[in-house]
Amino acid sequence: MTRGFKTLSLQAAALVASALMMSTVSAMTRAAPAPAAAVTIENFTFNAPIVTVKRGTTVTWTNGDDIPHTVVAKDGSFKSKVLDTGERFTFTFAKVGQFGYFCSLHPHMTGTIVVKA
Amino acid sequence: MLDEMDNDRRGFLKCMAWAGTGALLAFDGGIGTSIGLDSALAAPMKHAATKPFTFVQLSDSHIGFNKPPNADARATFAEAIAKVKALPQQPDFLIHTGDVSQLSRDNEFDDAEQMLKATGLPVFFVPGEHDMLDPDGGKAFLNRFGKGTKGAGWYSFDHRGVHFVGLVNVADLKPGGMGNLGAEQLRWLKNDLAGRSSSTPLVVFAHIPLWTVYADWGWGTDDSAEALKLLARFGSVTVLNGHIHQITQKVEGRVAFHTARSTAFPQPAPGTAPSPGPLKVPADQLRHMLGITDAMFVRGHDRIALIDSTLSA
Repeated sequence: MTRGFKTLSLQAAALVASALMMSTVSAMTRAAPAPAAAVTIENFTFNAPIVTVKRGTTVTWTNGDDIPHTVVAKDGSFKSKVLDTGERFTFTFAKVGQFGYFCSLHPHMTGTIVVKA
Repeated sequence: MLDEMDNDRRGFLKCMAWAGTGALLAFDGGIGTSIGLDSALAAPMKHAATKPFTFVQLSDSHIGFNKPPNADARATFAEAIAKVKALPQQPDFLIHTGDVSQLSRDNEFDDAEQMLKATGLPVFFVPGEHDMLDPDGGKAFLNRFGKGTKGAGWYSFDHRGVHFVGLVNVADLKPGGMGNLGAEQLRWLKNDLAGRSSSTPLVVFAHIPLWTVYADWGWGTDDSAEALKLLARFGSVTVLNGHIHQITQKVEGRVAFHTARSTAFPQPAPGTAPSPGPLKVPADQLRHMLGITDAMFVRGHDRIALIDSTLSA
């Protein structure tokens, strides 16, 4: 009975250890830099207006203005809901190409994401 | 005819001196006259025999806006409505030239509707770009304020011999562009005006200015020239807009253009700031920069008199 318990607890310890290792590995995977880029909206401008990224990059737009804005692809491939002050929109670019976008409220605000292989 | 137009122009230019402080723009037999707001409110109409009618333009209430310089756009809208109620001559109706709400939320539309209902007056709306932000791109606004309208919310109506046209230039905006009316609406406008006598006074209202105030900030309408061509044969055209939260005006031929103040927050004069964002004025100045526009139509006159007054006045 006692021996059995010991064996069990050893097995349990090994399981816990391997679980810990796995979580460490997955944490490391997460920490490995997933390609990301950021565009700030300020003063009714996309800053920066042209951003070049690698395929698979996630771009985050953050509205730094006191007025709501949107981020809408000219080709319709992405479209944010309205972003109030401080709100964000993200989109991951899986395809190579040039993606022009604009603010549907203030259409003079335009930007481009250039996605390379 | 030319002399008359010249007189119009001179008179109007003279009137422009009052812009920004509260102005009466009265066009009397082709010669413009201007008097200060206080005396305008007190002065009897010259042609007392004919009962004039008035309507009031409210604009850019942005219900829900709560950032500097105005922590409560509901409160200032309520003040604007109180100002309407206090007018010595009650208007026949109100027009709201858009940006009723800040984010097209139901509670914002609802509060605006309740506050306007308290006037007991009919209200005619056109949407601003802030009213198009629901997931269905403007349906929430149209279901509430645009019943019986065409397309994205345009329509016309007649009142005591004056033809009123509400246009929508905030729908389906194009990348890199400004305001936009679109081919379908322009076709409708052509049909709406066809067959009307050129002597019919017209009042055309829309959210974004129908002339280019400042292209760098998108303060204009890409295809407005096509609309103005359709208006050109009419003897008296008054174009009322909002969007830019300040008074600007000009006369081109027989067309008088005018933008109203917001009831929520002022915006900078064209090009005087890095962006057209809210002008963060001190609290004691805010109400000097918000206001309403009272429009008077006198029978027998071919022009409408516009009185801009601030919430502080």
